[in-house]
Amino acid sequence: MDKKPDVKGFLEFVYEFYKTMKAHEITLVYEGEITHQITKAFTSLTESNMSKDDEPNSVQRRVFHVMVECLQNISKHADDFTSHDYLFSGRGIFLVSKGENEYSVTTGNAVENDKIGYLTDLLESINTMGKEELKELYKKQMKEGRLSEKGGAGLGFIDIKRKTNRELEYHFLPITNDTSFFLLTSTISRSDI
Amino acid sequence: METIKIQGTEDTPRIILDAENDILEISGRSLPEDVAAFYEPVLNWLKDYGENPKDKTIFNFKLTYFNTASSKLLLDILMILEELKEKGNDILIRWHYPEEDEDMEEAGDEYADIVDVPFEKVSY
Repeated sequence: MDKKPDVKGFLEFVYEFYKTMKAHEITLVYEGEITHQITKAFTSLTESNMSKDDEPNSVQRRVFHVMVECLQNISKHADDFTSHDYLFSGRGIFLVSKGENEYSVTTGNAVENDKIGYLTDLLESINTMGKEELKELYKKQMKEGRLSEKGGAGLGFIDIKRKTNRELEYHFLPITNDTSFFLLTSTISRSDI
Repeated sequence: METIKIQGTEDTPRIILDAENDILEISGRSLPEDVAAFYEPVLNWLKDYGENPKDKTIFNFKLTYFNTASSKLLLDILMILEELKEKGNDILIRWHYPEEDEDMEEAGDEYADIVDVPFEKVSY
């Protein structure tokens, strides 16, 4: 059996994929389980790239903050499904892109539909808050909140909004009747602020 | 009292809790995989230390980065120190931050708002 056409088709796909990544200025893409090792590897890779590019320290620190919180959102909150492999607990997609003026950190993971309301309310309320309100909310949650079993402190979204100073952009796309794909993208300005 | 010395790594801070030599310090980066387990010995040590504290206690924070989960545990440490202060002990927190790192400076201000303990900010 001649497999060559399939291989060629696949390699062409890889090239298209490469071009798409370039067009969207994606510097890092990953799909799979987000572990602590992965978090460490990605943050240190991005850090050394930013350092090579002479990004201001404040930008480096903020990108690092946002990356860690985004990755830990998935590793600590991604839902535990057993019926579909790709929806497995702690799995998701993770992208970093670097444009002329900003970095973007994007995550996607499966959530049960009954969590959409809660997430939307949480994200919307954080989005309406100004600097001082966010600071008070962070302090309150730090004082009154409890660590979840997986070590989440319920502070990640608040921290991302505070570090980026931009609205949290998110979107839910249906996967099945009961599950959706939750996408979140955070943008960090490359100018030193 | 036993001394605790933990070497820092890329994701865990360096910790020295040495009552004999008056060195209480957390420095470096904090994003441990299991934040509660990592800080448990620190919290236990401080509780033991509180049974018989020195005349003056200075606790140094010299972190360059901590994640949100760690921020909660840092508050737990500060709350133990606050209890000691409430019992009439002389406690001082020194919050060291890199000169140009406004976020780290602000994090210190926020902790100073939450806990009632003398806070000294030191830029380096």
